[in-house]
Amino acid sequence: MGLKTAFQVDNLNSFYGTKQVLKNICLTIPQKSVTSLMGPSGCGKSTLIRCFNRMNDLVKSFRIEGKIFYSGTDLYSKEIDVTELRREIGMVFQKPNPFPKSIYENIAYGLRIHGVNDRDYLDGIVEESLKRAALWEEVKDRLQESAFSLSGGQQQRLCIARALAVKPHVILFDEPCSALDPIATAKIEELIAELKENYTIVIVTHNTAQAARVSDYTAFLYLGDLIEVGSTEKMFTVPQDKRTEQYLTGKFG
Amino acid sequence: MNRVQWNKRIDKLFNVFGIGATAFGLLILLALILDVLIDGFPRLRWDFLTSFPSRKPEQAGILSAWVGTVWIMLTTALFAIPLGIGAGIYLEEYAPKNRVTDFIEINIANLAGVPSVIYGILGLGLFVRAMHLDRSVLAGGLTLVLLILPVVILSTREALRAVPFSIREAAYALGATKWQAVRYQVLPAAVGNIMTGIILAMSRAIGETAPLITLGALTYIPFLPQHPVSFSAQVPFLHFSLKGFLDPFTVLPIQIFNWVSRPQKGFLTDAAAGIVVLLAITLFMNGIAIYLRHKNQKRW
Repeated sequence: MGLKTAFQVDNLNSFYGTKQVLKNICLTIPQKSVTSLMGPSGCGKSTLIRCFNRMNDLVKSFRIEGKIFYSGTDLYSKEIDVTELRREIGMVFQKPNPFPKSIYENIAYGLRIHGVNDRDYLDGIVEESLKRAALWEEVKDRLQESAFSLSGGQQQRLCIARALAVKPHVILFDEPCSALDPIATAKIEELIAELKENYTIVIVTHNTAQAARVSDYTAFLYLGDLIEVGSTEKMFTVPQDKRTEQYLTGKFG
Repeated sequence: MNRVQWNKRIDKLFNVFGIGATAFGLLILLALILDVLIDGFPRLRWDFLTSFPSRKPEQAGILSAWVGTVWIMLTTALFAIPLGIGAGIYLEEYAPKNRVTDFIEINIANLAGVPSVIYGILGLGLFVRAMHLDRSVLAGGLTLVLLILPVVILSTREALRAVPFSIREAAYALGATKWQAVRYQVLPAAVGNIMTGIILAMSRAIGETAPLITLGALTYIPFLPQHPVSFSAQVPFLHFSLKGFLDPFTVLPIQIFNWVSRPQKGFLTDAAAGIVVLLAITLFMNGIAIYLRHKNQKRW
């Protein structure tokens, strides 16, 4: 792929209890580009993306075999400090989940928990993050209002700004537009295109059109198997596997 | 009569029964309040609150009783709030979900239903005798702590459970530790419901008589626990003391109970007036709980 590698997934198997959800996944995710994990419901795409910031650790019955390397280090090794890791690898969730606090505090929280309390510095980061998330103009006069006063699309951009505030290198998007209308979706997609200049982006989607619009690379998963992976353009024009072709043409999904 | 008519009739019938059941409760309550207000009215004067109990019903007051109630409630809150919230947070957020915690959970739920007199006996054995706290404010307060702790733990857990998991996920995804997620996001989101639960538990404790009588709380107290802050002409002028916690006490329900069991008519008036004061305090506390619940109703 010619780009530096962000994540390297080697023979990853994962289980919820005895149920296997990912089977022998081998995958490389390049830096500073957008990679889509695409597939129908239950294919394991969300499970896979949640391995990258070890969010699955919160699920008691979850277990993995195999390895994931991030910038060359084993993500699941004992030396990894999960809180440090998650600071470097941010995440935006399916449903906008702002904290029940002011817009300002939503963004400042990530810095506060890492020991930053300088008011001027926080002000600067809040403004910078909101600008990057294309939300600043809409909220600059109401930073102290509750985050719940924003629309769904604005809330999701607030969540992106919140993730940006701690200066991550990677942002994981877990179906970020599935709860949003088309206009709000377009704004988020636009934003993702801008962010890839500076961040490695992985996005989970079941929407083939979205994968085509936003991503440079696409991995197609089906029932826990990685069926096909490669440049989005190539996969959407000449899919190698019959199942990929069927999914892309809407035969199932 | 066909099926539809029959169903409608059943519907009406239940409606009437429901109205009756509701009215029954309300009427009884209303009758009780009116009755007690009428009985107690002649004694509801300012000096009733500022006088010590006396042999003469027309001079007897509830000063030592209401001050004792305040002392006991403060002591109870001081211990029950941190212990209850701490245990609630641990069980809900930290404890592994396994058989041991299931067992603990069932036991806490059962403890919430144990008759209060049992706690009085425990308090007598543990605080009064074994720990030599005597029949003090501290012993009484700690006994009520035991009584309301299960309720506080349960309502804390319920309040925490009502905070959506997505809030915790959002915090963890930013690199928060468990404590940082709980302390700065989950707990503030749950605090309204937690406070509601605590106030309701406290307003139950305030009317408890049995455990304190079992403990041996006195019924005739012509003095107050030593005030924690006092002034004097001597350096350093301001004095702090915790000795009040070891002073004997009485509380409103005990004072009322004592007056009710007297043969003189005048004491019945005193008792009724005391009940009015106790009811007012309880209603006031419940009012705060309702206010907090309204104020903290959140949409997620």
